[in-house]
This record gives sequence, structure tokens and C-alpha cells, in this order.
Amino acid sequence: MAYLRIVPDNTKIPFMRMRKWTFPLAAFLSIMSVILFFTVGPNYGIDFLGGTVIEIQTKDAKPDLGKLRSTLNGLGLGDVQVQTIGADNSVLIRMGQQDGGEEAQQAAIGKIRAALADQAEFRRTEIVGPRVSGELAYNGGLAMLVTFAAIAIYVWFRFEWQFAAGSIISAANVVVMTFGFYVVTQHEFNLTSLAAILTTIGYSLNDTVVVYDRIRETLRKYKKIPLGDLIDRAINDMLGRTVITTVTTLIALLSLYIFGGDVIQAFTLAMIFGVIAAIFSSICVAAPILIYFGLRQDQMTKKEDVEAAGKA
Amino acid sequence: MLHFTRWKMIAILTVVVVGLLAALPNLFSKETVESWPSWVPKRQMVLGLDLQGGAYLLYEVDKQDYVQKRLRTLVGDIRKAMLQEPRIGYSGLGVQGQGVQLRIRDLSQLGEVEKRLEPLRNQLATSALGGTAVNEFDLTVGSDGLVQMAYSEAGLNQRIRQIVDQSIEVIGRRIDQLGTVEPSIQRQGSDRILVEAPGLDDPERLKTLVGQTAQLTFHLVDTSVSPTAGTRKPGTIIVDSNDTPPVPYVLEEAPLLTGEDLTDAQATFDSQNNEPVVSFRLSSAGARVFGEVTSKNVNRPFAIVLDDKVITAPVIRQPILGGSGQISGNFSIQSANDLAILLRAGSLPAKLTIVEERNIGPGLGADSIRAGKIAAIIGTALVCAFMVMTYGFLGWIANVAVIVNVILIFSIVTILGATLSLPGIAGVIITVGTAVDANVLIYERIREEYRAGRSAIAAIDAGFQKALGTILDANVTTLIAALVLFYLGSGPIRGFAVTHAIGVATTMFTAFTFTRLLVAMWVRWRRPTKITL
Repeated sequence: MAYLRIVPDNTKIPFMRMRKWTFPLAAFLSIMSVILFFTVGPNYGIDFLGGTVIEIQTKDAKPDLGKLRSTLNGLGLGDVQVQTIGADNSVLIRMGQQDGGEEAQQAAIGKIRAALADQAEFRRTEIVGPRVSGELAYNGGLAMLVTFAAIAIYVWFRFEWQFAAGSIISAANVVVMTFGFYVVTQHEFNLTSLAAILTTIGYSLNDTVVVYDRIRETLRKYKKIPLGDLIDRAINDMLGRTVITTVTTLIALLSLYIFGGDVIQAFTLAMIFGVIAAIFSSICVAAPILIYFGLRQDQMTKKEDVEAAGKA
Repeated sequence: MLHFTRWKMIAILTVVVVGLLAALPNLFSKETVESWPSWVPKRQMVLGLDLQGGAYLLYEVDKQDYVQKRLRTLVGDIRKAMLQEPRIGYSGLGVQGQGVQLRIRDLSQLGEVEKRLEPLRNQLATSALGGTAVNEFDLTVGSDGLVQMAYSEAGLNQRIRQIVDQSIEVIGRRIDQLGTVEPSIQRQGSDRILVEAPGLDDPERLKTLVGQTAQLTFHLVDTSVSPTAGTRKPGTIIVDSNDTPPVPYVLEEAPLLTGEDLTDAQATFDSQNNEPVVSFRLSSAGARVFGEVTSKNVNRPFAIVLDDKVITAPVIRQPILGGSGQISGNFSIQSANDLAILLRAGSLPAKLTIVEERNIGPGLGADSIRAGKIAAIIGTALVCAFMVMTYGFLGWIANVAVIVNVILIFSIVTILGATLSLPGIAGVIITVGTAVDANVLIYERIREEYRAGRSAIAAIDAGFQKALGTILDANVTTLIAALVLFYLGSGPIRGFAVTHAIGVATTMFTAFTFTRLLVAMWVRWRRPTKITL
């Protein structure tokens, strides 16, 4: 019985020759993401900006948004945005930071509760004060940087410094592109989005190290073949695995996206993007970087000798 | 790679079975689990507020407010110290920035000034063992007669830390009285308190009970001047009532009694008009003071002030000697009840501000869980089908391994008592990805070794050997990332990191032991000579 083979055996895609196109493409996408990040900017949620979000379920099956809007904007709380979410009678109310800090925010939420108490059920209220919002962004960024540093040290010890640099640059590329994804789609960027980005970092590192591990093995086995061909061979040998793993991960994420409810929809979409970006990045960024950073084949051999000597 | 000693086999299977048992209670409702016999594990997973609904309230000590109030009492204390016999002449006593300053007229008295002010520096006990004692205030006596008492950085920090500890205690007492919800109250950082109440529907009542300072004071009302007059006597303050519109009162600044003099408070009904009131009993010292004051001031009003608002200002009809009384002030039954709780539990040492609040209704959390379950079942079914299409029977083995892996994650989360939140579920999903990857790596490697000309069994052996090295490196890398995130992150980042880190560990466990064992058993059973992968 023959099983499903998505990637035929003996596939020989010249990835390293394609790097003339793919590497600049990755660089371009990253740079565009950074530019977009600083010019357009993501649609920050209240976690990072501070402010208030209220989700209500109106008792009417079809909420009258216009009436809601005029009721809420009549409370004198500044600009109050009202929009429906999901298919049913759920309405999302967003409000910026109030002048007068945390206490004013509390007063504002009290007014809204009073105004809507008899026509809606409050499903969720989130209030983030100005002090907390700044810290959340700072701590998230710090955690990410330290993670990168720790990973770099580990990969450096297990492989070579080129591999360490490659895995970090590749993961950073994924992070930056996922940020870009958030800017382009203008999906709200909140703490859950940060979790999505962390997830893609995890996936990207895992995938990059798997590819690197194979490259290292191939390097040790064939010492006379040029580096580019070696890397191609390693990636092609792994291609079956890469595709199967990606497909299964995407199946899991897609079913979450379709059936998982609207709370996590934006989150899974970002992860789907991140997983694809991670696979692309491992092959088109992490691998060619070894060539660009001048990895020499004898570097690996030497390390092997040292390891062997250590064991003897 | 395919040989297992009997003991190893037993050990692996024991871990798996224990894991399954530990995760089992999560499949049943709380009530069902409680009816089980006592030897069955009953612990269930703690769900985050985003999944089960509830209130998350992050309070911060209002430092500025506290410092202002503290410095005002310090001014009073310094005045008292200077007025002791022999009196010390001074001028310009007042709050200046983060401290209090005054100028001594007679420079020869500076030594005496220092002696009198030294006790006011208020030595604070440090909580850390062997830590040096910290004074709340620094005292500087200038040779030109300028005396300053100001907060030191360390003094203020230590004081705020104490305030947080005291507040946590007070909040705990208040919530105990409420009886219905079981929130967790934790210190967060140096000046914050996190109150989490899972399953709580309406946070407003919790907020009134937790956040209200409930500083109760009794003052005599100064009726000799109108509150709107431009001048008033020194030592008096103007306080508004909590009516709308507020009515101002001129009060003597020094309180007759404070909430600390109360020994009990109960919500009752007024015997005459049947309105809800709060009756209170005073300590014996408080009762004596109150008796004296009311005897001397018959027909004068006194004010009961709660958190800088006059709630009632009755006229003293006759001396109150019994040490008990009642507070009336347009209460509803609930607000009278709440005030009684607050008075019994004591006041917060400083004002607390809500800096972050998240309330998730139970409906929303339940919707998320339901949708998540459906998605998980469909996703798992599709992934399993795909694996079987790709690897046949070995695909089934991979599926069993991945499912066991996920169950192990949940059982460890259950055993550790960690909280499962929405980002935590993301951590589980990514683990499914890497766990499937581990199996794929092994199978692809076996396939490769077989195609390179090894016998079936040798290929399986070599495939495991080589793939496990890769799996180890890849997973250790992700484990490092997860651990760093766990230690540095907070909230959702931490929620993600917990399940991710556990997931990486269980993935390594299943890949190195359980999958291998299953494949070994398959090999022993079928004795394959050919591998169709």
C-alpha cells in the first residue's frame, strides 16, 4: 500500500541558488514591516494604549448602533466607538484614556454601566490605566530580547556562532514580519497578539534548529562539496519532514481559526501567518546566512575533533 | 534503541498511566468529581479568568495621596513636640515637597529640637531578616535653624511595602465577611495588589468592598463660622457632605474618635423610622472619650466623616455614655451592610487606585471553551487522519503518542496547580505542532535509512538514534525560550510560557520513551522485513 507523499523523493530544489531572490525578498519584507510599523503603526489595543473596552450583549436581537452611539457619546466621555462583533447581538464599546487618569476611568465605566444597565448584559469590561499599559509593552519587549540572547548563547555552544546569529536573525525576521502582518491587517494588537508572536518565535526556533542540525550533519559527512550544495542537499533531504509538519500544524491552526470562536480568531490568524513565515525564514534566511557569514567547513570538523577528544 | 528492559517499560507505562489518571478529573464536572471515593485523584485544572469568567483588579497604593496625608499628620506631631514645656519658638512650619520644614528662632535650642524630633523619624521594622532598620524620615538640622524632615527613598519604599501588607490583610478580612466569593489577593511588585475573583459576575460590589479606604473619623462641628466665610480658625478644616449637591461643614481637624476605636459594627434598622442604619460599639477607651466629649457638648453637632465626606452630622441631644451608637445616612440595606463590613474589617492604611481591571462574564468564557473544544476535536481528527494517510500504522502510533503528550501536559498543569488561560491553550497547540514534528522527524529518518539500504529493523533503530539528537537540540532551544518567558513575563506571556515549557518537556519524554516503546512493541509483534513509509 502506498501512502501519501507530498514531496517526491530525490527532490532537488536549488534553494541556495534561489537565495539571490529569496534573501532580498525576506530582507525587503522585513524592512517594509519596520517602515510600516513606524509610519502607519499597528492598531494598538488598550493593553498598550490604556483605555476601556466593554463588550455587551443587547437584549434586542438587532442592536440599534446609532442609538447606542448617541447615548454613549452624550455621556461626555470623549470619543466612544461602538461596533458589532461576531454574528449575534454582541457590541463592542471602546473608549480612549480619560483625562484625570485611573479614577476618571472608573467614573466613566460607572456612567456607562448605569446608562446601559436595563438594555444589555455586560459580557466583558477591561480597563487599563496609563501606568500599566506602558509597563506591559516594556516587559513584553524585554522578555523577547532576553529570550533571544539566551537562545543565541545556547546555539552558539551547540553549533557555531554563525548558526547562533542565523537562528536569531531568522526568528527576528519572523517577529518583524508578524508585526508587519498586524500593521497591514490592522488587527488589534494586544497582549494576546504578543502571545501569538511568542508562539511563532518558538516555532521558528524549533524549525531553524532542525534545519541547522541537518546541515551540520551533512557538513560533517561530505567535506569536499561546496557549502551551497551541501545546504541544498540538507534542506532537500528534510523537505518531506518540513512539509508534513507544516501541513499538520496548519491543519490544527485552521480548525482553530474556523471553529474556535471569535475571541481567538485574530490570534490564530497571526499564528498561521507566523508559521508560514517561520518555515520560509528557516530555509530562505537562516540557511543562506551561514554562507553570508562565511561558515567554513573545517570549523565543523575541528569542533568534531574536540568533541571526539573529549570523549576519548 | 528498540530494546527495553522490563523495568524501563514498567516505568514508562506507569508515568503515562499516572498522567492519564491525574488528567481524568478534568473531564467531569466539579460535583461529579466530589462524589468520587477519596483515593481517586480529584484535583482539577485551574482555569484562567479569560476562560471561566471573573474579575481581575489590580490596585496601586496612591503614593502621592498617602505622602500628603502622612506629612500633614507629621506637621501636627511636630507642632505638638515644639509646644512641650519648655516651648521652642519656630516659624514657617509646613509641608515642602516630600517633607516638612520649619525654622527654629533660638539657635541654642537646636540640640533639644533634634532630641524631640528623633522619635518622630519613625523607625520601620524591615521584613527581611537581618536587614538594617530604616527610618521613615530623614532629619536634617541646619546650623542656621532650618529643620527638615523628609522622606528618604528607602523609608518611603519600606513604608509602601508595609502598607501593601496591611492592605492585603484588611482586604482579606473584608472579603471573608462577604463569604460568597473566594478571590486570591496577592502582592504584585512593590506597590500593587492583585485581586482575582474567578466566577464573579458583578465586580461592582467587590470593588466597593476592596477599594474603599473606609477611614472613619468623628469630629466636632464648628458652628461659630459659616463654611462660606473667607476666614476660619486655625486647626479647622472644611469637609463636604456626600449629599448632592454637597453641603460644606467646618470641622475641628483633630478627630475625637477614629475607626480604630470601634470594636463592632452591624447593619440594623432604626427603631423609629425603620431605615437601615449601622450601629457600632466603641472600645472602653473610645467610650470614655466619647462620653466626655458628648457630655461637654450637648446641643452641638458632631460629624461622622467617611473617606473625607461627611455622611451624617447629628446634634448631640444628651451625653452618650454607653459606648454605642448608630450611623444613619440614607443607606440602602446593602450599603449599610457594606459599611458595617468595612468598619469591622478596618480601614485601609492608604488610598488604593485601580490601575487595571478586567471583568469577563461567565458566558463569554464558556463560549470560548465550547468553541475551543469543538475546534480541538476537529483539528485533532484532521491531523490524525493526515498522519495515518502519510504513515499508515506508524501514523496511528504517532497519533497515540501526540494525544498522550497533550494529556500529560494537562495532567502536569493539573498537578502543579498552574492556571490554564487562553494563551496557555496556544502553548498547547504549538506543542502539538512540535510533538507531531518529533514523530515526523523520526519516521522520515527511518525512511531515509531504509532507502539507503539498511534492513527494516536496523533502519528503525538508526532512524530513532539520529532523529532523537535533532529533537533534543530543537526542544532544548524552545525550552530555554519558554523558561525565560516564564521568569520575565507576566499575565498572558506567563500563561503561554507555562504550558509551552511543560509541553516541550512532555514532547521530549514521549519522543524518547513512549513513542519508542510503542514502535518497539510493534516491531516485536510484526517483525517487519519491509518498511512502507
